[in-house]
Amino acid sequence: MGYQHVQLLKVGCPVSAPGCPFAPAEPVFSCFGSEVRVTCVNRLGELERAIMDVLWDSTEPLTVRQVGLRLINRDLAHTTVMTVLDRLAKKGFARRQRDGRAWRYQAAANREAYVTELMLHALDQTGDRSAALASFARRVSDSEAEVLRRALESLGELPRD
Amino acid sequence: MFPPVLVLAAVAGGTALGAAALASARWPYRSPGAAILLWQALGLSWGLAAVGALAALGAVPGRYGVAGGALSGAVRALRSTALGFGAPTLIAAARLAVLAASAALFALLCWVLVAASAAVIVARRRHRVLLSLLAHGDPKVPGALVVDHPAAAAYCVPGLHSAIVISAGTLDLLDAAELAAVLAHERAHLRARHDLVLLPFSALGRAFPRSRLVRQSHATVALLVEMLADDRALRQRPARELATALLRVGASGAGLAPSGALAAVGTADAEVAARVARLLTPQARLPLHVQALVCCTAALLVAVPVTLLLHSF
Repeated sequence: MGYQHVQLLKVGCPVSAPGCPFAPAEPVFSCFGSEVRVTCVNRLGELERAIMDVLWDSTEPLTVRQVGLRLINRDLAHTTVMTVLDRLAKKGFARRQRDGRAWRYQAAANREAYVTELMLHALDQTGDRSAALASFARRVSDSEAEVLRRALESLGELPRD
Repeated sequence: MFPPVLVLAAVAGGTALGAAALASARWPYRSPGAAILLWQALGLSWGLAAVGALAALGAVPGRYGVAGGALSGAVRALRSTALGFGAPTLIAAARLAVLAASAALFALLCWVLVAASAAVIVARRRHRVLLSLLAHGDPKVPGALVVDHPAAAAYCVPGLHSAIVISAGTLDLLDAAELAAVLAHERAHLRARHDLVLLPFSALGRAFPRSRLVRQSHATVALLVEMLADDRALRQRPARELATALLRVGASGAGLAPSGALAAVGTADAEVAARVARLLTPQARLPLHVQALVCCTAALLVAVPVTLLLHSF
């Protein structure tokens, strides 16, 4: 862990890209610790995300060099890309295989599979009620949904679907 | 017999009966905050009284209440069984059995709390990692993360690194005012750490997965917590926006989970309707002196078993 932070500091943190959710002045994911570490952890997450996007957009396994080339508008050291790919592989998001002297990386599952996992966890709150997340409105049965739709109409509002 | 055992048993039974009554009562909707406090006190008091009643059965009278008496009771029983003198062995064995049951119940309650917390931490960590890879910001919902999925979902991930998440389906479903109401509701959850209020009840659900009362209690407290967050959101947004947002999200029911996963739904049915009714036809809050009475009851519920455990009369 410490080594990776040092390395990132040495090569300089990549400038966060526009559209990154962690860029706003009020950080969504705040961190304890020194200023430097906070920004680096956030940027590390942002880098992981950019690299996963490259892997998801590719149809074939990519070498570290290929991943680096596809990261547009970023001037990243080879070792930085390698470190992040290694982290992603350790976390189970990327799979790697030997190809001659180089490793080739690909996404372990496609983007939709992860989105589905997120949403299943978010929507299936009635099943376990584990208190991990707090949903705005829990899912209701079809008959109850009909009741709610009629209530909406009685308010003079059109149900949208 | 040692009188504290009767008092503690009565408290344990009384809190269980009280929980059953409170689960079907309607006055908590008028002051969810006070009712949640009472629920916490009922849960804590039941746990202390149940452990204490068993301990009191095996305790010997002493200066330091049931807890001290149970310890000296255990020491005395162990000594007499190990050395073969003192009290008749049958009584010593019975005393050891109830003390062991008390210790086991205490350990179980502590363990499920730890296990539930750990499960929540693991689930949230995984959820946050996935969000960091998949979610993006959107100017329509400042400060929230958006996940590109057509189903309607709006929720928060509580914790030190909290996040509010809105699905693309919800963005399409709600207008700007309704989205603002949803955000205000979720922010209220995060700010007041409502998840911690629910944690002991989901832990109890682990300890007694078959108990209908525990399930009912959990569902009731969950609903009260939602009502509390609704009330906080009303300070910033009109009730009607929140109500239509609830109706839209509730009625959307976009199929995502496999049909088997929906079998558990049922308790959730009346919840949305109850919250909407409360928003559209608001009832007066409980009078201040009634709220004070509820808080005093909560304090008394915890004070009685704690006093009996630590002090002799």
